[in-house]
Amino acid sequence: MNKRKERLIKYLFTALAFSSLVFLIGIVLVLFKEALPIFGKVSLKAFLLGESWYPTSEPPEFGILPLILASLWVTLGALVICVPIGVGSALYLHELAGPRQRAILKPVIEILASVPSIVYGFFGMVILSPFLQDTFELPIGLCALTTSIILGVMATPTVASIAEDALSYVPRSFREASFAVGADRWQTLTKVIIPAAGSGISTAIILGMSRAIGETMTVLMVAGGAAVIPHSVFDPVRPMTAAIAAEMGEAPVGSDHYNALFAIALILFLITFVFNIAAEFISRRFRLKLGLSR
Amino acid sequence: MHNVDYEKQPGMENFHPSLVKGPVGINMNYMGEADVFGPEAKISARKVNFYYGAKRALNNINISFSPRRVTAIIGPSGCGKSTFIRLINRMHELVPGTRFEGEILIDGLDILSPACDAAELRKRVGMVFQKPNPFPKTVFENVAYGLEVNGVTDKHLIEEKVVDSLKKAALWGEIKDRLKDSALGLSGGQQQRLCIARCLAVSPEVILFDEPCASLDPISTAKIEELILTLKKEYTIVIVTHNMQQAARVSDNTAFFLMGDLIETGRTDRIFKAPRDKRTEDYITGRFG
Repeated sequence: MNKRKERLIKYLFTALAFSSLVFLIGIVLVLFKEALPIFGKVSLKAFLLGESWYPTSEPPEFGILPLILASLWVTLGALVICVPIGVGSALYLHELAGPRQRAILKPVIEILASVPSIVYGFFGMVILSPFLQDTFELPIGLCALTTSIILGVMATPTVASIAEDALSYVPRSFREASFAVGADRWQTLTKVIIPAAGSGISTAIILGMSRAIGETMTVLMVAGGAAVIPHSVFDPVRPMTAAIAAEMGEAPVGSDHYNALFAIALILFLITFVFNIAAEFISRRFRLKLGLSR
Repeated sequence: MHNVDYEKQPGMENFHPSLVKGPVGINMNYMGEADVFGPEAKISARKVNFYYGAKRALNNINISFSPRRVTAIIGPSGCGKSTFIRLINRMHELVPGTRFEGEILIDGLDILSPACDAAELRKRVGMVFQKPNPFPKTVFENVAYGLEVNGVTDKHLIEEKVVDSLKKAALWGEIKDRLKDSALGLSGGQQQRLCIARCLAVSPEVILFDEPCASLDPISTAKIEELILTLKKEYTIVIVTHNMQQAARVSDNTAFFLMGDLIETGRTDRIFKAPRDKRTEDYITGRFG
């Protein structure tokens, strides 16, 4: 009786644990199933490198290059914001902040992470975009720059907290060893601590990128929505996530447009998948490098 | 042991107790008994008190260390022995909320005074830690690190120093083909000798060992001890150890700390054979600690 119960419990927990795998496989299968028909109509190359996205014209055009470039532009722009602020905050928290500053800053950074994305989007629409429009005398304030700034702020807490973890994983004994041969604080930081935490910091940056490239609501609200290859940071853009969110409601189920949107989702999934694998790979190397094993 | 024939001690041919110079009247033990083995003091601590916050960790420590001798500091956990040697290269500054009183003189200069630059001091007073702590860099980079941060840019000089330091640390033979490998791939004992080489590379005068063998196996320990005996020809060595056999094997002089007090100092053989203080005797005979 007891043995049966134990076995039952074991099966139950195994099933629960593997459910994530089932979800993942399910998502991937559905993505492929719904995405693949579009490639019967448009070649993969034409899909990825086509310069016009007119899914509802007659005849429709399914080139997602403008969407991919929009995503990359805003993500890179976000990095310009979130890497200096995030890594800088992590260094400050780890190296300079006293207990009091830490007690204030750490929760503040965490709260920044918990603000719903719609609030960021709203902030971008109502405050940042008019401000940029006035400052740079733009025809429209909803553009790649606005999106990058908002996404950068959104990704900052991710970068800051993971980079700070990476710094705190660096054993204190490295610092002592460095000081003990006559190094100063700056040398210790730049020659020992940052290199030792380097791959951890890279992981933080990659995860920040994943956060930025996958963000939808904010992007939908502030990017401007023009599916045109961007030529300047002031151009309105339509990143991949925004295209899917905006158009899915209007695309008839089973239509080419519908399949094309799934194909965009698939590409997006592959991009974030690669980012995450890279982050995992680098952080594993990081732990090995510090002798933390596994 | 009171009437030691100093002339017969190796290296002591020209030494006579009356030649002992030092801070007069400060270290009664050192001065009064002429009991410590070696010429005039390289390092003298005077009336040193140390506090972690409100907690007092060292009480009025007066002690001298002879040049080119090994002094062991023994005592039970928490007696202040590590705290004390960390003052000698000002590593205590890395811990916030600490405070000290008194002075520690090296060659007559107070190294605890704000006028003394901590980084300069640490070049003169190297330290080897309890757990081997090589950087996650190559063997070569580890040893070269101290030179690099001290502004040495001459590649030949660095290379020469690295090789020289590895030889002095008795590691060269085992490792000369692995200079470009990660230091973390070495065994624990090799890592500790690498840390010694890293410390030797900046040409210190004093080396502080803070329980250097605490995490090592007996064979690696024996190698480190052998190395310490070689190094004392050139360097003033202070070693904190939990292990009384180790103190007996490697040191010329021994100091016994207990609960923040310096109980007794003297020549190692005398301390172990004829301790004067009951507490020293109890500790070395294993009645506590």
